[in-house]
Amino acid sequence: MARKISMKTAVNEAIDQEMTRDPSVIMMGEDIVGGAGCKGEEDAWGGVLGVTKGLYAKHGDRLLDTPLSESAYVGAAIGAAACGMRPIAELMFIDFMGVCFDQIYNQAAKFRYMFGGKAETPVVIRAMVGAGFRAAAQHSQMLTPLFTHIPGLKVVCPSTPYDTKGLLIQSIRDNDPVIFCEHKNLYALEGEVPEASYAIPLGEANVVREGKHCSIVTYGLMVHRALDAAATLAKEGIEVEIVDLRTLSPLDMDTVLDSVTKTGRLVCVDEASPRCNIGTDIAAQVCMQAFGALKAQIEQVSPPHTPVPFSPTLEDLYIPSAAQVADAVRRTLKGGKH
Amino acid sequence: MAAITPIVMPKWGLSMKEGTVNDWLVEVGTQIDVGMPILDVETDKIANAVEAPDAGLLRRKVASEGDVLPVKALLGVLADPDVSEADIDAFVAGFVVPTADAQDDADAAPAYQYVEVDGLRIRYARRGAAQGVPVLFLHGFGGDLDNWLFNIDAIGEKHPVIALDLPGHGQSTPKLPGISLQALADFVGHFMAVIDVPQAHLVGHSMGGAIAAQLALSQPQRVASLSLIDSAGFGSEINTGYTEGFTRATSRRELKPVLELLFKDPTLVSRQMIDDVLKYKRLDGITELLESLGSALFKDGKQTTQPSLALASSNTPVLMVWGRDDQIVPAAHAAHAPKGATVELLDGAGHMAQMERAGDVNRLILRCIGD
Repeated sequence: MARKISMKTAVNEAIDQEMTRDPSVIMMGEDIVGGAGCKGEEDAWGGVLGVTKGLYAKHGDRLLDTPLSESAYVGAAIGAAACGMRPIAELMFIDFMGVCFDQIYNQAAKFRYMFGGKAETPVVIRAMVGAGFRAAAQHSQMLTPLFTHIPGLKVVCPSTPYDTKGLLIQSIRDNDPVIFCEHKNLYALEGEVPEASYAIPLGEANVVREGKHCSIVTYGLMVHRALDAAATLAKEGIEVEIVDLRTLSPLDMDTVLDSVTKTGRLVCVDEASPRCNIGTDIAAQVCMQAFGALKAQIEQVSPPHTPVPFSPTLEDLYIPSAAQVADAVRRTLKGGKH
Repeated sequence: MAAITPIVMPKWGLSMKEGTVNDWLVEVGTQIDVGMPILDVETDKIANAVEAPDAGLLRRKVASEGDVLPVKALLGVLADPDVSEADIDAFVAGFVVPTADAQDDADAAPAYQYVEVDGLRIRYARRGAAQGVPVLFLHGFGGDLDNWLFNIDAIGEKHPVIALDLPGHGQSTPKLPGISLQALADFVGHFMAVIDVPQAHLVGHSMGGAIAAQLALSQPQRVASLSLIDSAGFGSEINTGYTEGFTRATSRRELKPVLELLFKDPTLVSRQMIDDVLKYKRLDGITELLESLGSALFKDGKQTTQPSLALASSNTPVLMVWGRDDQIVPAAHAAHAPKGATVELLDGAGHMAQMERAGDVNRLILRCIGD
């Protein structure tokens, strides 16, 4: 039965159901059990924003509170995965991944390949991404492109509660390391989610809106900016198609190419910094694989190439807006052949 | 004053609140016959033509193309030539769309209910008229009660209507009471007992038709009549490419061409329809469940049991409706109808005749159940 729950609850429910189904699923993270070194469930925080609250009471010591050392517990999770467990490591903010990069991109991502397929690393590393939380430059980044760049990692960034539950369940069941990116400003978003368990395959984009004039390819929070832009543009008679990539690696280029072939125009919207991001990758691949289908220049909407500002006014200006997305669509519609 | 007949936004499916007017298909001044397609309306689930509820002259188009209007909003006006323009103006001005609240009162029961039958949680809808023998809708393999979105409310205007998600389907518990038609028919009998319906007119589509026939044979007292639409059980051939393709498909890309086999007009397969089916198929256990049911009932292009053929020995009134272009169960099986059955082959429809020719199918069902 489907009912409305928040994206935060969807994360919690996915972990709960997989821990119930599969005893090899364990979880580690900072303050996911007690708070600030306290022992005991009564004051369990469930992580910095309470996403995993209640899981310790149900699953006990399969949830491990870790010291404030991402490099230690992410390494431990990867090692446990190589030894047959299915660990979920919760990193508060993706910004903190830097200190455990060797474990992630040199070890987890490489095991399957360097051991001739004999070792698998079914680990999920969950972390919050994105700006707009008034948390300044070290807690607000959209670092999805960094992980997408590394072969051997899978990268997921959902936009709805339904996708969040299904993609997280699939990520836990997947035998490869998955970087699961949760946008902190989507945690409160509610949507219909079935109570039963279900898995959405990794590498399948979702067409969230159909249209014939222009394709917008995006993911995460920006899907909602694109939908807002589409509503504005519809009043002007412009029908945009929106492709939500959902997983950035593997990438569903087939759906992107189908859409661009249909509309002939492309706007890439990415909340990540503008150089070498998901949007530029999509633009390049479309140019290489479907140049003949393009009727006009590709437009890209991304933040400026600067750290996320702490000033709320500047932060709001930094994050791509629906108005910017709509303007980009209008620009590509004016450009090129008619 | 001569009669003025409003054409209103239909309610297609239990969740429909509003529809978008896509295209008018006729001009003002056209003489309309009952069942004639008048305009195209699109909902978040499907696009289809609104058919004329009555005959008459189209005097006024009230809704414009692109308008988004609530259910029961005025779309157009039919009236005799001697009705004055002023009277039509007054009718349009005075037309009151029932508010959402008023409609909720009218349908006081929630859209969906749940009941436990033999340990399985079953989703069903119960609506329509308060009095009379209920009409119970049984969907087909992999389907759910939304397969009846063009039928439930139309039949419900005069009769109590009930539609369920069979076990292992829709939003009912993803488990089967058994993998034979007999087990499923027994289950439907138990469902009727639990919701206190001693007897019903059964409307069955595809596999649901064979279940209905099986129930009519094993518990004839429960079945007032049978309306079987593109039904299984009347012969051995079946397109197992469809049932197996449906079971195997995991992505939109794989599922779309499979669902298109259901319709004469493949454009009826909307993005939302594919999404809804994928949401069901992704639930844990559904693929395995459909595999076991599919291989028990349909194997190597054959239906393993054909209970509908035995209806010749029963006294239950039977209506058989078939889309002439059915690509799943051949319309030629209509030739195996029991003696005395009403048989209708419909042009312009495939396996989902109750969707593609909804108005005609509804009229045939109403006639069969004695309207």
